[in-house]
Formats: sequence, C-alpha cells, structure tokens
Amino acid sequence: MMTVERQLQASPRRIWYRLAITLIAIILIGWSVGAVSFKDVNQSGFQIALNIWKGIVHPDLDLLFNVSKQSILYLLVQTFAIAFLGTIVGGILSVPLAFLAASNVVPRPVAWLTRLLLIVIRTIPELVYGLMLIKVTSPGPFAGVLTIGITSIGMLAKLYVDAIEELDVKVLESMTSIGCTTFEKIRYGIMPQLLSVFLSVTIYRFDMNMREASILGLVGAGGIGAPLIFAMNSYKWSQAGSILIGLVILILLIELLSNKMRAKLVKG
Amino acid sequence: MYDKLFPPKPIVLPSGKNVYQKRTRLPLIVLILIVAIYYSVQLTEFNLHKLVNRIGEFFVLFDEMIPPNWSSWHELTGALLDTLQMSLLGSLLGSLLAVPFAVAASSNVVRSRVIVALFKTILSLLRTLPTLVTALIATFVFGLGPMAGVVAITLFTVSYVGKLLYEQIENADMGPFEAMESLGMTRVQAFRNAVFPQVLPGYLSTSLFCFEGNVRHAAILGYVGAGGIGLLIKEDIGWRDYPSVGMIILALVVTVYLIETVSEHFRKKLI
Repeated sequence: MMTVERQLQASPRRIWYRLAITLIAIILIGWSVGAVSFKDVNQSGFQIALNIWKGIVHPDLDLLFNVSKQSILYLLVQTFAIAFLGTIVGGILSVPLAFLAASNVVPRPVAWLTRLLLIVIRTIPELVYGLMLIKVTSPGPFAGVLTIGITSIGMLAKLYVDAIEELDVKVLESMTSIGCTTFEKIRYGIMPQLLSVFLSVTIYRFDMNMREASILGLVGAGGIGAPLIFAMNSYKWSQAGSILIGLVILILLIELLSNKMRAKLVKG
Repeated sequence: MYDKLFPPKPIVLPSGKNVYQKRTRLPLIVLILIVAIYYSVQLTEFNLHKLVNRIGEFFVLFDEMIPPNWSSWHELTGALLDTLQMSLLGSLLGSLLAVPFAVAASSNVVRSRVIVALFKTILSLLRTLPTLVTALIATFVFGLGPMAGVVAITLFTVSYVGKLLYEQIENADMGPFEAMESLGMTRVQAFRNAVFPQVLPGYLSTSLFCFEGNVRHAAILGYVGAGGIGLLIKEDIGWRDYPSVGMIILALVVTVYLIETVSEHFRKKLI
C-alpha cells in the first residue's frame, strides 16, 4: 500500500497550470453565452416551425416525381454530378500539392510554404469561391464543379500528406538493392502503399462534397440549393419539404455506398 | 458475376497444383468511371476550353484583394468576435448534448435494439442536413442574428460528435464494465467508472476538432442572416469592395490558424 501512496505523492502537481486553463475556459464560455438572445423569438417563429414540420410531413409529391429539367430528380442528379466531377478535379489538383507539402519528399521550407498555402485555401469560405468563380464561368453548374474542386483541396491534400509521410521507405531500399529502376520502384514500391489510402480519402471527401454541393445553388452555382432556398424564402414549405426529403435520401444512400466501398478498400 | 464472364486464369505451380488467379477488375472500374465522368460533364456543362481561357479572371479578383483594406479593421472585429462567440457556444452546447445521444445510440450500453436504431437514425438524419439549410430554417424560427447561427452549429456538432462518440463507446473495452456489474454496481455506475474514462480523452479531442471546423463553418452562416462575418462578406462582394473582402479573408486565416494551433496543442496532449 505504501508504494502506491508514494507513487501518488510523486505525481507532478501542476495546480497553477490547471487552474489557469480552467479559468480561461470558464471566462471564454461565460463570454460566449452572450450570443443567446430570445428577444426575436415570438409567436410567429413557433408558427413557422409548425409550418415547416407540416411541409415535411406533407411534401409536394408532384414535384418530387415528375421528370423535367426543373424537377427535383434532375436537380439531384445534377448535384451529384457537381460533387462527383468536383471531387475528381480536387483529387487531381491535390496530388502534386500533397507531394510538395510532405517533409520527407521536399526540403523543409518548401513543405512549410505549401502547408501555409493549404491553410489559406482551406480557410476561405466555400461561398466566397463560388461567388468568385461565377465571374469566371458565368452562373451555372460549371462554377459549382470548380468550387467543389478548390474546396476539396484543403482536406484532401492534408490527408494525402499524412499518407505520404507514413510511407515505408524500407521497401524502396530493398528494391534499390535488388536493382529496380525508378519506374519500378514507384509502380511496385510506392503506388500500392498510397493508392488505397488516397482512394479511401477521396471517396470520403465525395461523401462530404454531396452536402457542400447542395448549398452552392445559394450563390447561383447550380444544383438543388437554389430551388430549396427559393421555396423556403417564399414560405412554400411543402415544396421545401419535398426537396429536403429527396436530398436527405440521396445523401444517406451515398453515405452507405461510400462506407461500403471504403470498408472494401481497407480490407483489400 | 464478373468471374463467370471472365474466368480466372489458371496457373500451374511447380508442384503440379492448379491455382486460379482472379482477373483484375480494373477495366470495369475504369469503364464505370469514364461513363460517369462523361455524363457528369454533360450535366454540369464542364468546358475545359472556357476554363483555360477565363481562369485569369479568378486571379484578377485575387489581385484586387491585395493589398487588403486595412482601415476596415474596426467594422470587422465586431463581426469576427460574433462569429467566434457563435461557434464556441454552439460547439459547447452541441458536444454536451451529443453525450446522451451517443450513449443512447451505442449498442453495447443500451440493451433495447429499437432505441439504438432510433438514435442512430436521428444522428444520421441530422448529419445529412447541410449547416446552411439548418441555419436558414433557424433564422425563420429564432429571428435574424447570432442565435440562429448558434442553433445551426449546435445541431451540426451534435450529429458529428455524437457519431464519433458512439463509435468510441462501442469500441471501448467492456471487460471492466462487466467486472463492475458483477460486483453489484448498477449499469449507470459501471458506465461512469469503466467506459467513461476510456472515451473521455477521445471525446474532448473530437469536440475541440469540431470547434476548429465550426469556426470555419460559422464564417459563412451570416450569408443567410445567421450572424457573424458572413454578412460582411456578402455585402462587400455585392459592392465589389474586394480590398475589404481581402481584409476579411486575412483576418479569418489568422484567427483560424491561431485556433487550430492552440487546439492541436491540446489534442496532442489528450491522446
């Protein structure tokens, strides 16, 4: 029993450190509570919440199932296409950036600079890219593809870098020692290690991009977002409800599919 | 199916034994990808020619953002602090609310399969809703302003932290839990003393990580009127006041970088 007590006594006591952290956390939390205000909440807010609920329970089935260029089905497929192409564009752009940011491939200053660039790319909000790219391509789904492509870079490149930095170089050394050419080293030494991780990360990002693509319509970059916002702003809750239902089902399906594919990739 | 169309290639080993190597599925996957890309290009009017010709416009806009309009700093700080306030409170409320949801959704703690399935469905439904849409709905209910942003961020955080937390709880070592139950503790006591300490560092780390992301999310919520710096972005881009947009982006990058560095420091300590 004495040894246990002695060990307990011997543990470092950093009471001031802990006190300071706790104090800072409490102050920050206390400050943030200032964001709460119920002064704008009134009877009409409650009424609207009720209406939204009614709209979701009684969706506009006509809009959901007809087949034309304005229908939900068409717009959902378009949203899917935006996310899909955008992910591919982002993936292609991320690979060189990831190699430039990996500290075991390039010198440290280069890696650090590329990382800084990635942080800047990641921090600029998606909608800002959307608004800027619309000036390049004119409003439409094309701008959406480019927006998704650029916003994907931040996360994709970061996760690719992690994979590159964890490369097992022993394999490459042994390949050099038995006389493999550079191409063979890349094809049989590096590709098998990286490809499955890259693919898995990209599929995960595609899953996220579905959600991002569904709000791009807000700035006119195509997809289901625009009709959803219009329906909500004009209080057509049954239309908004049917769009939301379609969107939720599509996103759930894709999540299911992407989970299956990634599980298969990991198991090999 | 695929193996029947393209029968596996037989290889005779030196010992005389026949083994079959399955044909690669790469051609099929490539074919599917090419068809999907072709139709996506059609649907989204993707046009490489236009892109190459006009991509310069994108950098022209960036050029106009430099140098940023330093004097817009004063208007900016208030909105930036609002954004931080929103994301901090939203992350806090969200990660606290996520605990009961996650516990109810973990199949090794709750015995009833109906409840587990119900809470898992609630969490994944919440996760499918884009934050901007929840924020828009929240502005209708709670009025314009940071309150709507707080609600949207809280809901997102519940879904995100909730999912990761129930996965952690389900992967926790249940040995101590069973041992404590066999000693006569109630399930709640056993959970508190056996599972909770195992998942606590992971939970705190996920919450911090979610907070980092929320600062970035909160930056655009103002676009639909949910408070914070998004409103300024919308106005400045509308007025084509690009130097001010540049200033906002610079301020955001610095803030997010600082927050990420601090939170990364604590997350490394936790794990």
